[in-house]
Amino acid sequence: MIRDHFRVMRVDLASGRGTIEQVDGRNTVGGGSGLGAHLFNRYGHPDRPWNDSDQPLIFAVGPLTGYFPLMSKTVCAFKSPYHDQYSESHAGGRSALALRFCDLDALVITGKAPRPSCLAVGGRHLEVTDAHFLWGLDIQRVGKRLRRMFPGSGHRSILRIGPAGENGSAMACINVDTYRHFGRMGGGGVMGSKNLKAIIIQGTETFDLPESKAYAKLFQSVYEKMTATDMMSKYHNLGTPVNLEALNELKCLPWRNLKQSTDPAVSGISAETFADETLLRNTACSGCPVGCIHIGFVREQFDDPHHFFYRQVNYDYEPIFSMGTMLGITDKFQVLSLMDEVEKAGLDVMSAGVALAWATEAAEKGILSEKETLAPLVFGDAKPYTEAVRHLGAAANDFYRLLGQGALKAADHYGGADFACVLGQEMAGYATGEVFFTAQAHGLRHSHLDSGGYAYDQVHEDKDPEEAVRFLVQDEAERAFLTSMVSCLFARGIYKKDLLAECLETLGYSVLADSMDDIGRTIQALRWRTRLATGYDPAAVRIPKRFHEVVTWKGPVDSEYMQALSDRYRRAIIDMGRPLNEADPQPNGETP
Amino acid sequence: MKILTTPRMERCIGCNSCSLACARQVYKKLSWLTAGIRIISSGGMSTGFEATICLACNPAPCAEACPTGAFSQRRGGGVIVKKKLCIRCGECAAACPVDAVYLDHDIEPFVCIHCGRCVPFCPHDCLEMRPSPREDHAGPEMRSRAKEVTP
Repeated sequence: MIRDHFRVMRVDLASGRGTIEQVDGRNTVGGGSGLGAHLFNRYGHPDRPWNDSDQPLIFAVGPLTGYFPLMSKTVCAFKSPYHDQYSESHAGGRSALALRFCDLDALVITGKAPRPSCLAVGGRHLEVTDAHFLWGLDIQRVGKRLRRMFPGSGHRSILRIGPAGENGSAMACINVDTYRHFGRMGGGGVMGSKNLKAIIIQGTETFDLPESKAYAKLFQSVYEKMTATDMMSKYHNLGTPVNLEALNELKCLPWRNLKQSTDPAVSGISAETFADETLLRNTACSGCPVGCIHIGFVREQFDDPHHFFYRQVNYDYEPIFSMGTMLGITDKFQVLSLMDEVEKAGLDVMSAGVALAWATEAAEKGILSEKETLAPLVFGDAKPYTEAVRHLGAAANDFYRLLGQGALKAADHYGGADFACVLGQEMAGYATGEVFFTAQAHGLRHSHLDSGGYAYDQVHEDKDPEEAVRFLVQDEAERAFLTSMVSCLFARGIYKKDLLAECLETLGYSVLADSMDDIGRTIQALRWRTRLATGYDPAAVRIPKRFHEVVTWKGPVDSEYMQALSDRYRRAIIDMGRPLNEADPQPNGETP
Repeated sequence: MKILTTPRMERCIGCNSCSLACARQVYKKLSWLTAGIRIISSGGMSTGFEATICLACNPAPCAEACPTGAFSQRRGGGVIVKKKLCIRCGECAAACPVDAVYLDHDIEPFVCIHCGRCVPFCPHDCLEMRPSPREDHAGPEMRSRAKEVTP
């Protein structure tokens, strides 16, 4: 529905009741990322811990969701169990269109259910139901049951947690429709703290479209751009794993807990290898014709002579990095098997792989023993990692419970902080150099997608902290606007400012269309203000020694340059997140 | 007369572009339900997708069930829909053996009219307009095809 405000459903799990609220601010925060922060400021409690039952778990979409292709993502905003500060995580799947077809701009969940429960939301439906019998089930098993319990096949989105979320792990993801995830920063742990096993969003409503022919014509044009350009070959064919060999060649691919940045063994887990030998098919997020989701298979023999089962596993660049190169596993099927275990546990695959890589090196160095790890972790040996993933999801002992809060937290307790590959959270798969390390370590959601630091590293050999930070700040503002619409970032090469403005204008969002740059900066500042208000101190950010030892195609990392970047970026963050003056525009759209 | 067919659904990626295109172009709606073609997963995302569409019955039980003539028999199978005649009784949906008629909250029926406007929006070529095998009076195209398959 096109409107000048936000229509928000707020559900209190304690009572099982909800309210529909009209929230102002469309022309200042847009939706998505901006709306998430806006709603956290309205409903959140910066001074209370992440698992306080009154803290909100927010899901927000944008003004273009459903109206144009690849406007297909949802932003999840919450106070993170990882650092007890404000954070965001983004996911594709069906949830964005399902929320749109519930006629909601956002779903805000507060309170704690008295028993393990499911929340089902539809355009004309709200129920919180007892689901104690689902508690403890892994992601795959609970999915099968939920599909029978709630109607709407094809037009419903199922968000669910596994054992990791139930255990309050800071690495617990929220699984979305089996193959997508609100992966990072522990959103699954927030659901677990609320006794919320699953959220079912049933998109049942229908809206009139603008009567002018301009909308249909523009849709056609955007659709053709999405399907006729190199988008299809880049993201559909080999998909994101194509970066593996490219980054390996550049000495930018983390291997074995970042002890190396390149290894010829990459050919065993290259994009071509996965596509040629494991790819079953592609699938897509609702509203996206690109279909970037790659589904591979694992076939395992469970008994002699010919007793097999098979499983379908979604693969991408980051899971191959974290379960493959980071652990030294170079067999494609072993990598897929590990990803499958991670999926079942409901863990974020990047965090789990990087944390286990640290544990492996700690075991190598004698800092950890099998008393802690429960399995003999050795780089390249897949079987013990399968057990370790289960232990991590189950928080099987004190060590795994602590590791589930973050590798650096475990390192601070056991030792080995120098080689914990943590940049705000467990690193993403880009050992590209100083700018990326600085960007992820300090970034708003500690994601490689906060800004294009990894790309900057790959094209800039100069060392100008002012220029690099200017790029990070500018790029982040543009991405913040895009993730407030809420676009898949794969489409950012097509949704350039002119086209975005045209899309917004066609739907009647003239103010958003006319002032994208200003609004992007407003959203950027709002998010930083929110993060800082929950206790973020950029000066306390650590970039462990391991990152200073990396050698890329440009040579060894320059620690002095990285320090200068950090100092400059910290000042920029503090400046962006400074408290509002009375003269500044307020997020709710009011101006003094 | 041609009808919409879904001969290559094993290629479907579940993007819903067809449903959204139908709702947008034919019914002027933003919807994945008020459309002549609707996509469902056939048991979770891991098992692929199915399309719910009109199979172009001839005679069409939905047309026979319609008490006001809002649904009438289309030559070659399927129905011609005249919304102005519809009294929202829902009998068409009840009569359809394959759930091809979707009723919205106001009992307004939505069904495929075999116009083919969804076809170009399928990125994997799952959909195709083909001559109807249920023509009242087979045209030259069908007669030609019949010869090809007759021993």
